[in-house]
Parts: sequence; structure tokens; C-alpha cells
Amino acid sequence: MALLDIRQRAGYLFVAVLLGHVILISAQVQSKSGVPLITGVTFGVFAEVQRATSAAVSRVRDSWSGYFALRSVRQENDALKRQLADAQIQLQEQRAIADRTRGLEKILDLQGRLELKTIAAEVIAAGETLDFRALTIDKGSRHGLKPDMAVIAPAGVVGRIVATSPGAAQVQLLTDVNAAAGALSERSRAQGIVVGAGDKGFLLDKVSEVADVAVGDVLLTSGIEGIFGIYPKGFTIGRVEKVTKKGSAYGEITVRPAVDFSSLEEVLVVLTPAPSGEAPKEIAH
Amino acid sequence: MKALGAVAATVLALALQTTLARFLSIGTFAVDLVLVVVVYVALSSGAVAGLLTGTFAGLIQDALTPGSGVIGIGGLAKTIVGFVAGVIGTQFIVAQPLPRFVVFFAATVVHAVIFIGLYVLLGLRTFGAPYTAQAGQAFGNAVVGVVAFQLAEFLPGAVERRRMTKGRIRR
Repeated sequence: MALLDIRQRAGYLFVAVLLGHVILISAQVQSKSGVPLITGVTFGVFAEVQRATSAAVSRVRDSWSGYFALRSVRQENDALKRQLADAQIQLQEQRAIADRTRGLEKILDLQGRLELKTIAAEVIAAGETLDFRALTIDKGSRHGLKPDMAVIAPAGVVGRIVATSPGAAQVQLLTDVNAAAGALSERSRAQGIVVGAGDKGFLLDKVSEVADVAVGDVLLTSGIEGIFGIYPKGFTIGRVEKVTKKGSAYGEITVRPAVDFSSLEEVLVVLTPAPSGEAPKEIAH
Repeated sequence: MKALGAVAATVLALALQTTLARFLSIGTFAVDLVLVVVVYVALSSGAVAGLLTGTFAGLIQDALTPGSGVIGIGGLAKTIVGFVAGVIGTQFIVAQPLPRFVVFFAATVVHAVIFIGLYVLLGLRTFGAPYTAQAGQAFGNAVVGVVAFQLAEFLPGAVERRRMTKGRIRR
């Protein structure tokens, strides 16, 4: 054991002395780059130490910022969430304003193109039952509205006013089973009566068996005087979707409405009926 | 006591080496007295004494040799040689002239390889092909080393015998 210790000590001493010599030699010898060898070696070794230290410090810093500093991150996160919620609300408000502006632009555009005297109204309520499909607008008798006045939208006919109050009016939609309007085919000029059919849209009735009605035909208001002639001529009602025949006579003719009644926000109320037989060219198909 | 002897021998060898260098080189048979002392101390006193003597002697020789260039190369070479010779001296029986001759010869060769190798490796000096000179020096060192051992072992006994002989005559 003692011999081993002596040998070990001799070995350690030998290594130490060798190291001392290497350092001594390196201090006097320059490398190819002109830097003293000991400087280069020391720098190289120390650079690795620095690299390791930097990596360790960076890891600790990352751990700190990633775990221990989560308290402030949580607060910041809460604040950001609140800001995001506010921003989303503002965005929705802005989007609603923009949509409404676009709707109003369409209404104003339509109003400008019509020769009829109209007044714009905003839909403030809508309701429907199996028997009655209607909506409420924010203009009433105080604004000159009366029952049986036609209500239109940029896409086509909406319905007619059935009741008024000073500040509001109730509009019966054309899809109501009790609603009807004189119609003619834009293509063949075949005439008939469009009646409301609820969820089915409209049905085209009273069509002569010699008339030419086909799927895809666009139906317009005919503007014929009478009980069905409250709508000015030339406004779009819808498009023929299905045609059935019973022998030579027409059976059921289904019409898809041109107006999406579920998304109506602004409408125009026609205050004065259009002259009979004259269609507003701007919106006639 | 041994340490003092080693230091004294080293200093004496250095003095002789640096002052009588021209006389220590005869043809190809040059002698490095300092290296002889280092190996001698290593064989007689062990690895630690060998490496310490090698370090001490080598560094001083580097410092005293004009134009040696780098201080430490000779020291490193003699340290390694001293340590290895010391280990050999403790691991093997090196008590006869022939083994001692081999050790001295090999130590000189190893020393030359390290010394010249380091200089060449660091690009500090070129040595050409010094095989003959190194072989001659190895031979010279080995001869001087073996003689030194023989003298060191013979002289104390001879003195004792002479004393005893003188005492018998007086009686």
C-alpha cells in the first residue's frame, strides 16, 4: 500500500513537472498566427470554460424566465386577454357598423335609382308563425306609412304593410300564406299569381295552361291593378325552382324567393305606387 | 544527504559540461555529463530523485547553453528520461555493467528523440540527420556512466581495504 502511494505520488509529481515544462515552453513559443502558444492554448481552454459558463447561465436564465417569472407573465397574460376581448368587441362593433353601412348604401343606391317616392326603414323585429310571417320596421304613420304600401329591398320584393303605429309598422312578408302578388315571367312574359307558401317560399298559381313557364325563369312583379297590384311593376320576386304538370295544365310551380328574409336589416317602403304599366328600368331584369 | 549529493553532482557536471565541452567531444564520441548524472541518480535513487534531478539539471542547462532557444525543452527531455530510468531501476535489476550500459545508451537515445523532436515539432530548429552523432553520444554516455558506477562502487571498498591493511601492518 505504501509502495503504491509512493508510486502514485511519483506519478503525480511526474505529471505536474511535465505540465510545468509544457507551460514554460508554451510561454516562449509562438504559434503560426503569431500568438504565444500558451496564450492560444489558454485562450482556447478558457473560451470553452466561458462557453460552458455562458450556456449554464443562459439555461438558468431561461429557467428563471420560463418558470419563476410566470407570475408576472400571468398578470400580463390576463391584461392581454382583457385587451384582446376589448379589441374583439370593438372589431365586432366596427364590423356591424360596416355591414350596416353597406346595407344602407344599397338601400340609398336603390332609393336613388327609383322613380318612386320611398322611405328607408330599419328592421327592428321579426317574427313568424305557421300562419303569419311578418317583421316590424322603425317607421310608422308619423312618417307617412299606410297599410298596403309595398316594402322592397335591393334584392327584390319583401312584402306589404299590414298595420301601422306612429313610430313603427308591421310588414307581412310575401312568404306568408295569406300574401300574394301579381307576377310575370321575365323570359316568356307568362303571368300568374305568386302566393306565399311559408318555408317553401312561393307558389306560382293561376297560370294558363298555354303559358310558357320553365325552371329557372325569373319572376317579376306584374304591377297589375287590383288586390294583387300593390307592388310596383318590375321588381324581382324570385326564380322558378320546380314545375309540375297535371295533364296539359300546370300543377304546382315552386318559386325560390329572391330576398333572404332571414337577414333583412333595412328596407324601403314605397310611399307612392308606381304608374301602372311602367317598370323601374334600373331594377327590372 | 542523497539529495545534496545529487545536487552537487549535477552542479559539478554542469560546470564541467559548460567549461570543458570542447574536451568532452572527441570525433563522434561526445559526452553529455549532465545526462549521465541524471541517469545515474535515477538508477541509484529512484524515479522521484531522477525526475527532480532531470528537471533541475535540464532547466539550468537550457538556461546556460547559449542559443539553446527555448528554456524547458532540455528540462522536459531530462525529466522524462530521469523518471523512466528511475522506474526501470526500481522495476528491474540493473546492477551489472551491461544492463547499465544499455540503460545509459537507451536514455541518451530517448533524450535525443524528445529534445530534437520537440524542436522540430515546434518548428524552432532543424537538425538534419544526427544519427551518427547521437549514437556516438549514446555510446560515450553509456561508457562514462558504467565507469562512474564501477568507480562509485569500487572506491569505498578499496579505501576500506587499504585502511584495514595499514592497521594490520602497524600491529
